[in-house]
Amino acid sequence: MLTAILVMALGAIVLGAALGFAAVRFKVEGDPLVEKIDAILPQTQCGQCGYPGCKPYAEAVAKGEADINCCPPGGEEGIRKLADLLGREFKELSGEHGVEKPKSVALIDEQTCIGCTLCIQACPVDAIVGAAKQMHTIIAAQCTGCELCLPPCPVNCITMEPLPETIDTWKWKYPVIGIQPVNKVAGHA
Amino acid sequence: MLELFRFPGGVKPASNKQESAGAAIAAAPLPERLVVPFRQSATGSATIQVRAGEKVLKGQMIGSAEGAFGTTVHAPTSGTVLAVESRMLPHPSGLAAPCAVIEPDGAETWIERVPLDPFKVDPQIVRARIRDAGIVGLGGAVFPSHVKANVVIDTLVINGAECEPWITCDDRLMRERTEDVVCGAALLGRLMGAKRILIGIEDNKPEAVQALRAAISGEGYCETGDMQVVSVPTLYPAGGEKQLIRVLTGIEVPYGKLSPEYGIQCFNVGTAYAVARAVLHGEPLIARIVTLAGNYTKPGNFEVLIGTPMNALLPLGTPQADTDRIVMGGPMMGFAVSDTSVPVVKATNCLLAMSQKLFPPPPPEMPCIRCGACTRACPMILQPHELYWYAKSKNFGKAQEYNLFDCIECGCCAFVCPSRIPLVDYYRFAKSEIRAREREKAAADTARERYEFRQFREEREKAEKAARLAAKAAETKAKLAQEEADKAQKVGADKTALPDDKAALIAAAQARVQAQKEKDSA
Repeated sequence: MLTAILVMALGAIVLGAALGFAAVRFKVEGDPLVEKIDAILPQTQCGQCGYPGCKPYAEAVAKGEADINCCPPGGEEGIRKLADLLGREFKELSGEHGVEKPKSVALIDEQTCIGCTLCIQACPVDAIVGAAKQMHTIIAAQCTGCELCLPPCPVNCITMEPLPETIDTWKWKYPVIGIQPVNKVAGHA
Repeated sequence: MLELFRFPGGVKPASNKQESAGAAIAAAPLPERLVVPFRQSATGSATIQVRAGEKVLKGQMIGSAEGAFGTTVHAPTSGTVLAVESRMLPHPSGLAAPCAVIEPDGAETWIERVPLDPFKVDPQIVRARIRDAGIVGLGGAVFPSHVKANVVIDTLVINGAECEPWITCDDRLMRERTEDVVCGAALLGRLMGAKRILIGIEDNKPEAVQALRAAISGEGYCETGDMQVVSVPTLYPAGGEKQLIRVLTGIEVPYGKLSPEYGIQCFNVGTAYAVARAVLHGEPLIARIVTLAGNYTKPGNFEVLIGTPMNALLPLGTPQADTDRIVMGGPMMGFAVSDTSVPVVKATNCLLAMSQKLFPPPPPEMPCIRCGACTRACPMILQPHELYWYAKSKNFGKAQEYNLFDCIECGCCAFVCPSRIPLVDYYRFAKSEIRAREREKAAADTARERYEFRQFREEREKAEKAARLAAKAAETKAKLAQEEADKAQKVGADKTALPDDKAALIAAAQARVQAQKEKDSA
């Protein structure tokens, strides 16, 4: 009886020590889940989810405070990826946060711009250049299309322009088999 | 005799080369308009250097090279630039990109052509010449040649296999422009320090083999060094870079590696010819040989200026009445051009006319029965049926695990598929989706970095502002104290008894407070 208790106690101590050591030795800095969720999010930093940026939303999702279907720029695919990662059910994008739109960039009408710098302060990725009473312009390559610059503009000179498809961004389409009329010669399909 | 090797897989489609191989290369007449795209290399577009209304000379640079991977674009003839605008390109997308529209003046006035002696000048100068002549791989990949030539190798492989059915432009080039092909090969070999040069030609082109062998053994106008013409068995895709290297040297270039790591570099015969023209004659790449084959009454090969609209070129071969589409490239890897007004570009090796009779549409796609025929045919030792499965179900991560990006899109798998599945279409779809995702990922990473930096900057600015305010407050305080001290000193100078005064004042105040307290308690 005593031997058995001693053996079990010894086992518990050894395993406990090993686990304790591992917990210290292999301690993970930060929350890897947050990083993983953040990697899926589109980083537009638009705040449509109700959080001040992608990282805070990722933290909220990791804590279970936010649902996975609150990110319109990530779209359906983003929700699917989050559902896969977190082992949750896929959900339709929640309507209250917005709708999925084609990728656009902001464009400043430089004739109308009065140089108030309000949009510069609003841009989360510093993609607007300009100075007080000087014309502002958007660095299109850096613009995430978050639309945060639209509301502060006092003269409504910023518009969202959808990105046109170019040869570099063109994608092969999913192969579809053309339906051909049975009684006609093929080729009219 | 060189020992030859075999690459796995491969198919033997009917070669159909006789018709167009018979006739000598004819010069295509000058078209009314030339549309020269600035985007003529796999690595992107040249920087536009002309404006509408400008006069240009034949061979004048109109698009300059930007960065290490840039290539140049030249005016194919002398004339006037009518416009610099977006025009539809010969690309599967049918999208438009900037082009120079040139109206020829018919005079064909050349720029000053300066030949180089490649055996005397520095290799860097030769490489710069190759770049400035706008030379890209003419086998179809249009990768900048000066970048490819910037390596040190043992063996240079010159690709004259031309394994695609119907196409004969390289065959005619080797037969008729033998000297320049050999010289270009020798020049490239010397440029990269190659100890031997192997010209691989499929054995269905005995005339080309003969011509090149004669040119090497005869008295040419350049030193050939250790150059061998090797007749390789006809087996599609023997003209694939990795396949030809394997056949000639037995070296299998593995996944993710490039052939120069194994001491080999490969160039197309057309590229070798263009290099010879550029270096030895000072002519930039402004024309290429294009095969017109398929449903034509007069198929053949033509030397065509880059930028010639296809609909100006096609009548030379006289397409038959039932021609319903034009394919750029061969039947295995080519794509149908969306409109025949698109120009001939550096990648245009063949314009194949197709009709329902000659190329009947494939029967409807049937389900994959996992017979494995595609796996046996794949020259890259991939598993096409697995790739198909993952591409179809949009499981791109898995498709990449199965080395989707090793696929050379040669079409062997689709050729042998008993279910007639357009396999390559699925791979192209999957590849472009993966590339798009990678682009999005890169953009998201940049955005995250910029966002985090902005936050860092805002924090820093806040801290700096606080520090500044604190410093200012301290300064004001110090200043006040100083003023106080100054004042005190001044007062002190006037009235030395200030401390006693102060003490008296305090004592009086204390007495008042005491009196008040006593009064309150009373």
